[in-house]
Amino acid sequence: MSEQRKRTFEHVIRERWCKGCNVCVAFCPKHVLALRNGKVFAERPDECIGCRLCELRCPDYAIEIKETGLERPAGKDASCADYAIPPEANHA
Amino acid sequence: MSDSLNYFRQNRLPHIWCPGCGHGTVTGALTRALAKLGIDKNNVAVVSGIGCSSRAPGYLDFDTLHTAHGRALAFATGIKLSRPDLKVIVMTGDGDCTAIGGNHFIHAARRNIDITTIVMNNSIYGMTSGQYSPMTPTGLLGTTAPYGNIERPFDLTKLAIASGATYVGRSTSYHVQLLGELIEKALLNKGFSVVEAVVGCPTYFGRKNKLGGAVEMFEWQKDHAVNAKAAAVMAPEKLEGKFLIGELYNQAAPEFTAEYAALVDGVRRKYDNFQGGVRECAQNSD
Repeated sequence: MSEQRKRTFEHVIRERWCKGCNVCVAFCPKHVLALRNGKVFAERPDECIGCRLCELRCPDYAIEIKETGLERPAGKDASCADYAIPPEANHA
Repeated sequence: MSDSLNYFRQNRLPHIWCPGCGHGTVTGALTRALAKLGIDKNNVAVVSGIGCSSRAPGYLDFDTLHTAHGRALAFATGIKLSRPDLKVIVMTGDGDCTAIGGNHFIHAARRNIDITTIVMNNSIYGMTSGQYSPMTPTGLLGTTAPYGNIERPFDLTKLAIASGATYVGRSTSYHVQLLGELIEKALLNKGFSVVEAVVGCPTYFGRKNKLGGAVEMFEWQKDHAVNAKAAAVMAPEKLEGKFLIGELYNQAAPEFTAEYAALVDGVRRKYDNFQGGVRECAQNSD
């Protein structure tokens, strides 16, 4: 058990599809997500346990969880991405 | 999600549904179930009628059909009979399915034709600004029921079971994992399958009845849904005002297209082997 390290997840957010309904934010068991300017944003991505409840409930397919493996430098994730590039560009 | 996103016409997204509308969640659950089963999108036909819910096929990258109000099942019956190898899915709403298409619904169920019907029940006609539907609970408000609805709502699952559907389940947009499982089983069931998805309409139903926004509507579903397995051991007074979710009925019965193919085979054999005389084929005697 002591060998087991924390699993880390990346939040892929398609801001153009997000309508800010707050469903993912309200039902996240770890309060990872928050709304910023009416769009979802991973406020505390390190807390994420990868339950994917946000992804399953999102009515707009705007959020997706990707496992990035065990332990990884914190602070750099999809929410820091440059949204000038359409977010779907990476998800053809 | 990446797999299931392939089932979408992504250039059509974002969809027109209001923020927090459960229809998106249900459509997502359907694509996830299809992705999990690994069904080729060329073997699927999605049919819908008219209404908010019936916009769903427009965003799905299958052969899709957006038909007349209430007649989705009639069109789907035609597709299934001409191409029994296709997986035919009907996405319909509570008004489309139980009011305008009520007769088509009970007769499709009676025939037990292999169609998967997903009924998104938001208890109101959302697209036309909130008229009450046959599934609006008694006492609640709609634009056409400003002092409360005095009619009793349908219990769609009981109606489906009584009409002869072979797979019946109910879930909500809150219980999305269960919804996915039910849709998966419904897709695999050979016969008429009905999955009722209780969804919230924050814009009309929620606002008119002061139920709050999208999150409150999801919470309402969480508080009022009781799993059928748990309900079996619960006291009846505790189930007051609640509705059951889960698999409610699953029993095999002869399927319509299979029976039809068998009938055609039998008749064809009889005529192919026709040796003359009028005894076996009275129709040909003139």
